[in-house]
Amino acid sequence: MISIQQLTKTFGKLTALDQISTELPDSTCLALIGPNGSGKTTLAKSILGIVHPDKGQIIYKGKNIIGDFAFKSSIGYMPQIGRYPENMTIGQILDMIKDIRGEKHLDEDLSDAFSLNKLLHKTMRSLSGGTTQKVSAALAFLFDPEVLMLDEPTAGLDPVAQGILKEKILLEKSKGKLIVITSHILSELDDLVSAVLYMQEGKLLFNKTIEQLREQTGQVRLSSAIAQIMQSNPIS
Amino acid sequence: MKKIIKYIIADILRSKIIIGYAVLLLMISLTVFNLQPSSGKGLLSLISIVLIIVPLISIIFSTIYIYNSREFIELMVSQPIKRKTIWLSFYMGISAAMSLAFVIGVGLPVMIYSCNAIGILLIIVGVLQTLTFISIAMLAAVYSKDKARGIGIGVLIWLYFSLIFDGFVLFLLFQFQDYQIDKLALILTGLNPIDISRILLLLKMDASALMGYTGAVFRASMGGQAGILTGIVDLLAWIGIPLWLSLRKFGKKDL
Repeated sequence: MISIQQLTKTFGKLTALDQISTELPDSTCLALIGPNGSGKTTLAKSILGIVHPDKGQIIYKGKNIIGDFAFKSSIGYMPQIGRYPENMTIGQILDMIKDIRGEKHLDEDLSDAFSLNKLLHKTMRSLSGGTTQKVSAALAFLFDPEVLMLDEPTAGLDPVAQGILKEKILLEKSKGKLIVITSHILSELDDLVSAVLYMQEGKLLFNKTIEQLREQTGQVRLSSAIAQIMQSNPIS
Repeated sequence: MKKIIKYIIADILRSKIIIGYAVLLLMISLTVFNLQPSSGKGLLSLISIVLIIVPLISIIFSTIYIYNSREFIELMVSQPIKRKTIWLSFYMGISAAMSLAFVIGVGLPVMIYSCNAIGILLIIVGVLQTLTFISIAMLAAVYSKDKARGIGIGVLIWLYFSLIFDGFVLFLLFQFQDYQIDKLALILTGLNPIDISRILLLLKMDASALMGYTGAVFRASMGGQAGILTGIVDLLAWIGIPLWLSLRKFGKKDL
Protein backbone atom coordinates (compact mmCIF):
# COMPACT_ATOMS: atom_id res chain seq x y z
CA MET A 1 0.00 0.00 0.00
CA ILE A 2 1.18 3.48 -0.82
CA SER A 3 0.00 6.34 1.32
CA ILE A 4 0.36 9.87 0.01
CA GLN A 5 0.31 12.77 2.45
CA GLN A 6 0.01 16.47 1.62
CA LEU A 7 2.00 16.06 -1.57
CA THR A 8 2.73 19.39 -3.26
CA LYS A 9 4.78 20.21 -6.34
CA THR A 10 5.05 23.49 -8.20
CA PHE A 11 6.78 24.27 -11.48
CA GLY A 12 7.39 28.01 -11.31
CA LYS A 13 3.91 29.53 -11.01
CA LEU A 14 2.09 26.35 -11.99
CA THR A 15 0.89 24.15 -9.15
CA ALA A 16 1.04 20.66 -10.58
CA LEU A 17 0.13 18.90 -7.33
CA ASP A 18 -1.85 20.72 -4.67
CA GLN A 19 -1.75 19.02 -1.27
CA ILE A 20 -2.69 15.56 -2.48
CA SER A 21 -3.53 13.11 0.31
CA THR A 22 -4.84 9.64 -0.48
CA GLU A 23 -4.19 5.94 -0.17
CA LEU A 24 -3.48 3.37 -2.85
CA PRO A 25 -4.28 -0.06 -1.36
CA ASP A 26 -2.80 -3.43 -2.41
CA SER A 27 -4.68 -5.87 -4.67
CA THR A 28 -6.09 -2.94 -6.55
CA CYS A 29 -6.03 -1.87 -10.12
CA LEU A 30 -6.38 1.84 -9.81
CA ALA A 31 -7.20 4.15 -12.68
CA LEU A 32 -5.61 7.57 -12.42
CA ILE A 33 -7.70 9.81 -14.62
CA GLY A 34 -8.24 13.48 -15.27
CA PRO A 35 -7.98 16.02 -18.06
CA ASN A 36 -4.67 16.93 -19.71
CA GLY A 37 -2.38 18.84 -17.39
CA SER A 38 -4.26 17.78 -14.26
CA GLY A 39 -1.10 16.45 -12.58
CA LYS A 40 -1.49 12.72 -13.26
CA THR A 41 1.96 12.26 -14.70
CA THR A 42 3.53 14.48 -12.04
CA LEU A 43 1.93 12.31 -9.36
CA ALA A 44 3.16 9.14 -11.06
CA LYS A 45 6.65 10.58 -11.53
CA SER A 46 6.77 11.70 -7.88
CA ILE A 47 6.08 8.14 -6.76
CA LEU A 48 8.78 6.96 -9.16
CA GLY A 49 11.30 9.48 -7.85
CA ILE A 50 11.79 11.12 -11.25
CA VAL A 51 10.23 14.35 -9.97
CA HIS A 52 11.07 15.67 -6.51
CA PRO A 53 7.97 16.98 -4.68
CA ASP A 54 8.32 20.27 -2.78
CA LYS A 55 6.36 19.14 0.27
CA GLY A 56 4.62 16.08 1.64
CA GLN A 57 5.38 12.43 2.01
CA ILE A 58 4.87 9.19 0.12
CA ILE A 59 4.80 6.29 2.56
CA TYR A 60 5.39 2.72 1.39
CA LYS A 61 5.74 -0.05 3.97
CA GLY A 62 6.08 2.52 6.75
CA LYS A 63 8.90 4.42 5.06
CA ASN A 64 8.96 7.76 3.33
CA ILE A 65 10.19 6.88 -0.15
CA ILE A 66 10.93 10.39 -1.41
CA GLY A 67 14.61 10.34 -2.35
CA ASP A 68 14.88 6.63 -1.56
CA PHE A 69 16.38 4.83 -4.53
CA ALA A 70 16.08 1.30 -3.09
CA PHE A 71 12.29 1.48 -3.31
CA LYS A 72 12.55 1.40 -7.09
CA SER A 73 13.38 -2.30 -6.98
CA SER A 74 9.76 -2.92 -5.95
CA ILE A 75 8.21 -0.75 -8.63
CA GLY A 76 7.81 -1.34 -12.34
CA TYR A 77 7.22 1.60 -14.63
CA MET A 78 5.90 1.64 -18.15
CA PRO A 79 6.20 5.14 -19.59
CA GLN A 80 3.72 6.62 -22.04
CA ILE A 81 6.41 7.09 -24.66
CA GLY A 82 9.29 4.78 -23.89
CA ARG A 83 12.57 6.39 -24.82
CA TYR A 84 15.65 4.24 -25.00
CA PRO A 85 19.23 4.67 -26.17
CA GLU A 86 18.72 4.69 -29.92
CA ASN A 87 21.70 2.73 -31.12
CA MET A 88 21.20 -0.19 -28.75
CA THR A 89 19.25 -3.27 -29.78
CA ILE A 90 16.31 -4.74 -27.86
CA GLY A 91 18.54 -7.59 -26.75
CA GLN A 92 21.24 -5.23 -25.50
CA ILE A 93 18.72 -3.15 -23.53
CA LEU A 94 17.17 -6.21 -21.89
CA ASP A 95 20.59 -7.70 -21.12
CA MET A 96 21.90 -4.42 -19.76
CA ILE A 97 18.99 -3.91 -17.37
CA LYS A 98 19.18 -7.54 -16.22
CA ASP A 99 22.94 -7.20 -15.78
CA ILE A 100 22.71 -3.96 -13.79
CA ARG A 101 19.89 -5.20 -11.57
CA GLY A 102 21.54 -8.57 -11.13
CA GLU A 103 18.29 -10.20 -9.96
CA LYS A 104 17.77 -13.88 -10.55
CA HIS A 105 13.97 -14.00 -10.31
CA LEU A 106 12.62 -12.86 -13.66
CA ASP A 107 9.11 -12.74 -15.04
CA GLU A 108 9.47 -13.07 -18.80
CA ASP A 109 5.81 -13.84 -19.55
CA LEU A 110 5.32 -10.66 -21.51
CA SER A 111 8.45 -10.77 -23.63
CA ASP A 112 7.52 -14.37 -24.49
CA ALA A 113 3.91 -13.47 -25.24
CA PHE A 114 4.99 -10.54 -27.43
CA SER A 115 7.65 -12.83 -28.99
CA LEU A 116 10.32 -10.20 -28.44
CA ASN A 117 13.05 -12.85 -28.75
CA LYS A 118 12.55 -12.76 -32.52
CA LEU A 119 13.36 -9.03 -32.55
CA LEU A 120 16.36 -9.00 -30.22
CA HIS A 121 18.80 -7.82 -32.90
CA LYS A 122 16.71 -4.78 -33.92
CA THR A 123 17.95 -1.37 -32.81
CA MET A 124 15.59 0.83 -30.80
CA ARG A 125 15.76 3.46 -33.52
CA SER A 126 14.16 1.16 -36.07
CA LEU A 127 11.22 0.09 -33.90
CA SER A 128 7.62 1.19 -34.42
CA GLY A 129 5.80 2.91 -31.56
CA GLY A 130 3.88 -0.26 -30.76
CA THR A 131 6.98 -2.45 -30.55
CA THR A 132 8.67 0.12 -28.30
CA GLN A 133 5.59 -0.08 -26.06
CA LYS A 134 5.97 -3.86 -25.95
CA VAL A 135 9.59 -3.46 -24.81
CA SER A 136 8.47 -0.96 -22.14
CA ALA A 137 5.78 -3.35 -20.91
CA ALA A 138 8.18 -6.29 -20.84
CA LEU A 139 10.69 -4.22 -18.83
CA ALA A 140 8.05 -2.99 -16.36
CA PHE A 141 6.96 -6.54 -15.51
CA LEU A 142 10.41 -8.14 -15.80
CA PHE A 143 11.47 -8.09 -12.15
CA ASP A 144 8.07 -9.10 -10.75
CA PRO A 145 7.62 -5.79 -8.85
CA GLU A 146 5.02 -5.30 -6.12
CA VAL A 147 3.81 -2.01 -7.56
CA LEU A 148 3.22 -1.30 -11.25
CA MET A 149 2.81 2.15 -12.74
CA LEU A 150 1.48 2.02 -16.28
CA ASP A 151 1.14 5.27 -18.22
CA GLU A 152 -1.30 4.88 -21.13
CA PRO A 153 -0.31 1.20 -21.41
CA THR A 154 -2.46 0.17 -24.34
CA ALA A 155 -2.11 3.26 -26.53
CA GLY A 156 -0.32 2.22 -29.70
CA LEU A 157 -0.62 -1.53 -29.11
CA ASP A 158 -2.45 -3.75 -31.57
CA PRO A 159 -5.62 -5.53 -30.32
CA VAL A 160 -3.82 -8.85 -29.78
CA ALA A 161 -1.08 -7.21 -27.71
CA GLN A 162 -3.68 -5.18 -25.80
CA GLY A 163 -5.44 -8.42 -24.88
CA ILE A 164 -2.17 -10.00 -23.71
CA LEU A 165 -1.31 -6.97 -21.58
CA LYS A 166 -4.79 -6.77 -20.02
CA GLU A 167 -4.69 -10.42 -19.08
CA LYS A 168 -1.28 -9.94 -17.53
CA ILE A 169 -2.51 -6.93 -15.53
CA LEU A 170 -5.47 -8.93 -14.16
CA LEU A 171 -3.17 -11.83 -13.29
CA GLU A 172 -0.81 -9.56 -11.35
CA LYS A 173 -3.72 -7.89 -9.56
CA SER A 174 -4.99 -11.28 -8.40
CA LYS A 175 -1.55 -11.85 -6.86
CA GLY A 176 -2.18 -8.91 -4.53
CA LYS A 177 -0.22 -6.25 -6.37
CA LEU A 178 -1.01 -2.59 -6.65
CA ILE A 179 -1.37 -1.48 -10.26
CA VAL A 180 -1.82 2.16 -11.19
CA ILE A 181 -2.96 2.91 -14.73
CA THR A 182 -3.15 6.38 -16.25
CA SER A 183 -5.40 6.54 -19.23
CA HIS A 184 -7.81 8.68 -21.16
CA ILE A 185 -9.61 5.79 -22.78
CA LEU A 186 -12.25 5.04 -20.16
CA SER A 187 -13.94 2.25 -22.12
CA GLU A 188 -10.82 0.07 -22.07
CA LEU A 189 -10.51 0.48 -18.30
CA ASP A 190 -13.98 -0.95 -17.64
CA ASP A 191 -13.01 -4.59 -17.22
CA LEU A 192 -9.66 -3.80 -15.59
CA VAL A 193 -9.90 -1.30 -12.79
CA SER A 194 -11.33 -1.69 -9.31
CA ALA A 195 -10.91 1.92 -8.17
CA VAL A 196 -10.72 5.37 -9.71
CA LEU A 197 -8.64 8.34 -8.64
CA TYR A 198 -9.78 11.51 -10.36
CA MET A 199 -7.58 14.60 -10.55
CA GLN A 200 -8.22 18.08 -11.81
CA GLU A 201 -5.91 21.10 -11.83
CA GLY A 202 -3.51 19.48 -9.41
CA LYS A 203 -6.21 18.62 -6.90
CA LEU A 204 -7.62 15.24 -5.99
CA LEU A 205 -11.37 15.21 -6.60
CA PHE A 206 -12.11 11.67 -5.45
CA ASN A 207 -10.62 8.23 -4.88
CA LYS A 208 -13.46 5.70 -4.97
CA THR A 209 -13.93 2.03 -5.72
CA ILE A 210 -15.93 0.98 -8.77
CA GLU A 211 -18.75 -0.28 -6.54
CA GLN A 212 -19.05 3.08 -4.82
CA LEU A 213 -19.15 4.84 -8.18
CA ARG A 214 -21.82 2.49 -9.55
CA GLU A 215 -23.94 2.93 -6.45
CA GLN A 216 -23.60 6.69 -6.52
CA THR A 217 -24.48 7.08 -10.19
CA GLY A 218 -26.55 4.02 -10.97
CA GLN A 219 -24.47 3.52 -14.10
CA VAL A 220 -22.81 0.20 -14.86
CA ARG A 221 -20.19 1.42 -17.30
CA LEU A 222 -17.24 3.37 -15.96
CA SER A 223 -17.31 5.92 -18.76
CA SER A 224 -20.97 6.74 -18.16
CA ALA A 225 -20.45 6.91 -14.40
CA ILE A 226 -17.55 9.35 -14.73
CA ALA A 227 -19.43 11.42 -17.29
CA GLN A 228 -22.42 11.66 -14.94
CA ILE A 229 -20.27 12.76 -12.00
CA MET A 230 -18.58 15.40 -14.08
CA GLN A 231 -21.95 16.73 -15.25
CA SER A 232 -23.58 16.76 -11.83
CA ASN A 233 -20.60 18.42 -10.11
CA PRO A 234 -19.55 21.10 -12.54
CA ILE A 235 -16.13 22.22 -11.41
CA SER A 236 -15.37 25.85 -11.83
CA MET B 1 28.71 1.36 -10.94
CA LYS B 2 31.35 -0.57 -12.89
CA LYS B 3 28.65 -2.12 -15.07
CA ILE B 4 27.11 1.24 -15.93
CA ILE B 5 30.55 2.68 -16.77
CA LYS B 6 31.14 -0.30 -19.03
CA TYR B 7 27.91 0.33 -20.95
CA ILE B 8 28.66 4.05 -21.26
CA ILE B 9 32.13 3.39 -22.67
CA ALA B 10 30.68 0.84 -25.10
CA ASP B 11 28.07 3.39 -26.17
CA ILE B 12 30.67 6.13 -26.70
CA LEU B 13 32.93 3.86 -28.74
CA ARG B 14 29.98 2.83 -30.91
CA SER B 15 29.45 6.45 -31.99
CA LYS B 16 32.96 6.55 -33.55
CA ILE B 17 33.39 10.29 -32.88
CA ILE B 18 35.87 9.48 -30.16
CA ILE B 19 37.91 7.40 -32.60
CA GLY B 20 37.97 10.35 -34.99
CA TYR B 21 39.23 12.53 -32.13
CA ALA B 22 42.06 10.11 -31.37
CA VAL B 23 43.03 9.94 -35.05
CA LEU B 24 42.97 13.75 -35.34
CA LEU B 25 45.27 14.11 -32.32
CA LEU B 26 47.54 11.40 -33.67
CA MET B 27 47.83 13.11 -37.04
CA ILE B 28 48.58 16.49 -35.44
CA SER B 29 51.23 14.99 -33.15
CA LEU B 30 52.98 13.08 -35.93
CA THR B 31 52.94 16.09 -38.27
CA VAL B 32 54.33 18.40 -35.59
CA PHE B 33 57.15 16.03 -34.65
CA ASN B 34 58.10 15.34 -38.26
CA LEU B 35 58.06 18.98 -39.34
CA GLN B 36 60.36 20.25 -36.59
CA PRO B 37 64.04 19.35 -36.71
CA SER B 38 64.34 18.97 -32.94
CA SER B 39 61.85 17.12 -30.80
CA GLY B 40 62.00 19.95 -28.23
CA LYS B 41 60.52 22.42 -30.71
CA GLY B 42 57.98 19.81 -31.76
CA LEU B 43 56.88 19.41 -28.17
CA LEU B 44 56.53 23.17 -27.81
CA SER B 45 54.22 23.40 -30.84
CA LEU B 46 52.28 20.40 -29.61
CA ILE B 47 51.68 22.06 -26.22
CA SER B 48 50.08 25.09 -27.87
CA ILE B 49 47.84 22.90 -30.00
CA VAL B 50 46.89 20.57 -27.18
CA LEU B 51 45.93 23.46 -24.92
CA ILE B 52 43.46 24.72 -27.54
CA ILE B 53 42.00 21.52 -28.98
CA VAL B 54 41.72 19.28 -25.92
CA PRO B 55 39.54 21.66 -23.85
CA LEU B 56 37.37 22.49 -26.86
CA ILE B 57 36.64 18.92 -27.90
CA SER B 58 36.27 17.72 -24.30
CA ILE B 59 33.69 20.33 -23.40
CA ILE B 60 31.65 20.09 -26.61
CA PHE B 61 31.68 16.31 -26.88
CA SER B 62 30.65 15.79 -23.24
CA THR B 63 27.85 18.36 -23.34
CA ILE B 64 26.40 16.82 -26.50
CA TYR B 65 26.83 13.32 -25.13
CA ILE B 66 24.98 14.16 -21.90
CA TYR B 67 22.08 15.71 -23.84
CA ASN B 68 21.90 12.79 -26.25
CA SER B 69 21.85 10.35 -23.33
CA ARG B 70 18.67 11.75 -21.82
CA GLU B 71 16.83 8.52 -22.56
CA PHE B 72 19.64 6.49 -21.08
CA ILE B 73 19.66 8.63 -17.93
CA GLU B 74 15.87 8.33 -17.60
CA LEU B 75 16.07 4.58 -17.99
CA MET B 76 18.74 4.39 -15.28
CA VAL B 77 16.86 6.71 -12.92
CA SER B 78 13.79 4.45 -13.02
CA GLN B 79 15.98 1.55 -11.82
CA PRO B 80 17.03 1.13 -8.18
CA ILE B 81 20.33 2.98 -8.63
CA LYS B 82 21.43 6.05 -6.70
CA ARG B 83 21.40 9.19 -8.80
CA LYS B 84 24.89 9.94 -7.55
CA THR B 85 26.06 6.60 -8.94
CA ILE B 86 24.45 7.31 -12.32
CA TRP B 87 26.02 10.76 -12.64
CA LEU B 88 29.47 9.63 -11.48
CA SER B 89 29.31 6.68 -13.88
CA PHE B 90 28.66 9.10 -16.71
CA TYR B 91 31.59 11.25 -15.64
CA MET B 92 33.92 8.29 -15.38
CA GLY B 93 32.72 6.69 -18.61
CA ILE B 94 33.22 9.86 -20.66
CA SER B 95 36.52 10.58 -18.89
CA ALA B 96 37.87 7.10 -19.52
CA ALA B 97 36.98 7.19 -23.21
CA MET B 98 38.34 10.71 -23.81
CA SER B 99 41.51 10.20 -21.78
CA LEU B 100 42.17 7.02 -23.70
CA ALA B 101 41.76 8.90 -26.98
CA PHE B 102 44.21 11.55 -25.72
CA VAL B 103 46.77 9.00 -24.58
CA ILE B 104 46.62 7.26 -27.95
CA GLY B 105 46.60 10.47 -29.98
CA VAL B 106 49.21 12.48 -28.09
CA GLY B 107 50.75 10.18 -25.48
CA LEU B 108 51.96 7.57 -27.95
CA PRO B 109 53.82 9.96 -30.33
CA VAL B 110 55.30 11.85 -27.36
CA MET B 111 56.59 8.59 -25.95
CA ILE B 112 58.18 7.74 -29.30
CA TYR B 113 59.70 11.12 -30.20
CA SER B 114 60.29 12.89 -26.93
CA CYS B 115 60.20 10.57 -23.96
CA ASN B 116 61.45 12.79 -21.17
CA ALA B 117 60.16 14.59 -18.07
CA ILE B 118 58.42 17.29 -20.11
CA GLY B 119 56.79 14.74 -22.38
CA ILE B 120 55.39 12.86 -19.39
CA LEU B 121 54.22 16.12 -17.81
CA LEU B 122 52.44 16.99 -21.08
CA ILE B 123 50.55 13.70 -20.98
CA ILE B 124 49.57 14.20 -17.33
CA VAL B 125 48.50 17.79 -17.89
CA GLY B 126 46.56 16.82 -21.03
CA VAL B 127 44.63 14.15 -19.16
CA LEU B 128 43.92 16.56 -16.27
CA GLN B 129 42.77 19.11 -18.83
CA THR B 130 40.40 16.54 -20.36
CA LEU B 131 38.97 15.67 -16.93
CA THR B 132 38.56 19.36 -16.04
CA PHE B 133 36.60 20.27 -19.11
CA ILE B 134 34.36 17.20 -18.91
CA SER B 135 33.59 18.22 -15.34
CA ILE B 136 32.75 21.78 -16.44
CA ALA B 137 30.67 20.45 -19.34
CA MET B 138 28.60 18.30 -17.01
CA LEU B 139 27.93 21.29 -14.80
CA ALA B 140 26.75 23.28 -17.84
CA ALA B 141 24.59 20.37 -19.02
CA VAL B 142 22.89 19.79 -15.67
CA TYR B 143 21.94 23.44 -15.25
CA SER B 144 20.44 24.02 -18.67
CA LYS B 145 17.46 22.01 -19.91
CA ASP B 146 17.80 23.27 -23.45
CA LYS B 147 20.37 21.45 -25.57
CA ALA B 148 21.37 24.40 -27.76
CA ARG B 149 21.84 26.61 -24.72
CA GLY B 150 23.89 24.00 -22.91
CA ILE B 151 26.26 23.60 -25.86
CA GLY B 152 26.41 27.39 -26.28
CA ILE B 153 27.40 27.79 -22.64
CA GLY B 154 30.08 25.15 -23.14
CA VAL B 155 31.59 26.97 -26.15
CA LEU B 156 31.47 30.28 -24.28
CA ILE B 157 33.28 28.81 -21.29
CA TRP B 158 36.00 27.51 -23.60
CA LEU B 159 36.27 30.87 -25.37
CA TYR B 160 36.47 32.62 -22.02
CA PHE B 161 39.27 30.46 -20.67
CA SER B 162 41.35 30.30 -23.84
CA LEU B 163 41.02 33.91 -25.08
CA ILE B 164 38.98 36.38 -23.06
CA PHE B 165 40.56 35.60 -19.70
CA ASP B 166 44.09 36.25 -20.94
CA GLY B 167 43.04 39.55 -22.46
CA PHE B 168 41.51 40.52 -19.15
CA VAL B 169 44.66 39.63 -17.18
CA LEU B 170 46.87 41.45 -19.68
CA PHE B 171 44.70 44.54 -19.38
CA LEU B 172 44.90 44.39 -15.61
CA LEU B 173 48.67 43.98 -15.58
CA PHE B 174 49.18 46.94 -17.91
CA GLN B 175 46.85 49.15 -15.96
CA PHE B 176 48.57 48.38 -12.67
CA GLN B 177 52.14 47.98 -13.92
CA ASP B 178 53.39 50.60 -11.48
CA TYR B 179 52.25 48.49 -8.55
CA GLN B 180 53.47 45.24 -7.08
CA ILE B 181 50.75 42.83 -8.25
CA ASP B 182 52.64 39.57 -8.72
CA LYS B 183 50.56 37.83 -6.08
CA LEU B 184 47.32 38.96 -7.72
CA ALA B 185 48.49 37.69 -11.10
CA LEU B 186 49.35 34.38 -9.51
CA ILE B 187 45.90 34.00 -8.00
CA LEU B 188 44.22 35.10 -11.23
CA THR B 189 46.08 32.47 -13.22
CA GLY B 190 44.97 29.82 -10.78
CA LEU B 191 41.44 30.75 -11.81
CA ASN B 192 42.04 29.53 -15.36
CA PRO B 193 42.76 25.82 -15.87
CA ILE B 194 44.24 26.39 -19.35
CA ASP B 195 46.66 29.08 -18.12
CA ILE B 196 47.83 27.02 -15.20
CA SER B 197 48.50 24.07 -17.52
CA ARG B 198 50.43 26.23 -19.96
CA ILE B 199 52.58 27.69 -17.20
CA LEU B 200 53.26 24.29 -15.69
CA LEU B 201 54.52 23.00 -19.03
CA LEU B 202 56.47 26.04 -20.18
CA LEU B 203 58.24 26.50 -16.87
CA LYS B 204 59.40 22.95 -17.14
CA MET B 205 60.55 23.61 -20.71
CA ASP B 206 62.56 26.66 -19.78
CA ALA B 207 60.93 28.65 -22.53
CA SER B 208 59.95 31.65 -20.46
CA ALA B 209 60.21 33.96 -23.46
CA LEU B 210 57.13 32.29 -24.91
CA MET B 211 55.10 32.43 -21.74
CA GLY B 212 53.68 35.85 -22.31
CA TYR B 213 52.74 38.30 -19.64
CA THR B 214 50.55 36.00 -17.60
CA GLY B 215 53.30 33.50 -17.10
CA ALA B 216 56.24 35.84 -16.62
CA VAL B 217 55.62 36.36 -12.93
CA PHE B 218 55.61 32.65 -12.34
CA ARG B 219 59.25 32.04 -12.96
CA ALA B 220 60.28 32.96 -9.43
CA SER B 221 57.41 31.46 -7.48
CA MET B 222 56.56 28.34 -9.42
CA GLY B 223 59.83 27.16 -10.90
CA GLY B 224 60.49 24.32 -8.48
CA GLN B 225 58.85 21.08 -7.51
CA ALA B 226 56.49 22.89 -5.14
CA GLY B 227 55.29 25.00 -8.05
CA ILE B 228 54.39 21.96 -10.14
CA LEU B 229 52.60 20.46 -7.18
CA THR B 230 50.60 23.65 -6.58
CA GLY B 231 49.62 23.68 -10.24
CA ILE B 232 48.43 20.09 -10.17
CA VAL B 233 46.46 20.65 -6.98
CA ASP B 234 44.84 23.66 -8.65
CA LEU B 235 43.88 21.51 -11.66
CA LEU B 236 42.48 18.83 -9.36
CA ALA B 237 40.30 21.48 -7.71
CA TRP B 238 39.11 22.43 -11.20
CA ILE B 239 38.03 18.82 -11.70
CA GLY B 240 36.49 18.29 -8.27
CA ILE B 241 34.51 21.47 -7.66
CA PRO B 242 32.38 21.59 -10.86
CA LEU B 243 31.78 17.84 -10.60
CA TRP B 244 30.63 18.17 -7.00
CA LEU B 245 28.31 21.07 -7.87
CA SER B 246 26.82 19.15 -10.80
CA LEU B 247 26.31 16.06 -8.61
CA ARG B 248 24.41 18.12 -6.07
CA LYS B 249 22.19 19.62 -8.75
CA PHE B 250 21.53 16.29 -10.50
CA GLY B 251 20.48 14.70 -7.20
CA LYS B 252 17.56 17.11 -6.92
CA LYS B 253 16.71 17.58 -10.57
CA ASP B 254 13.26 16.85 -12.05
CA LEU B 255 13.78 14.79 -15.16
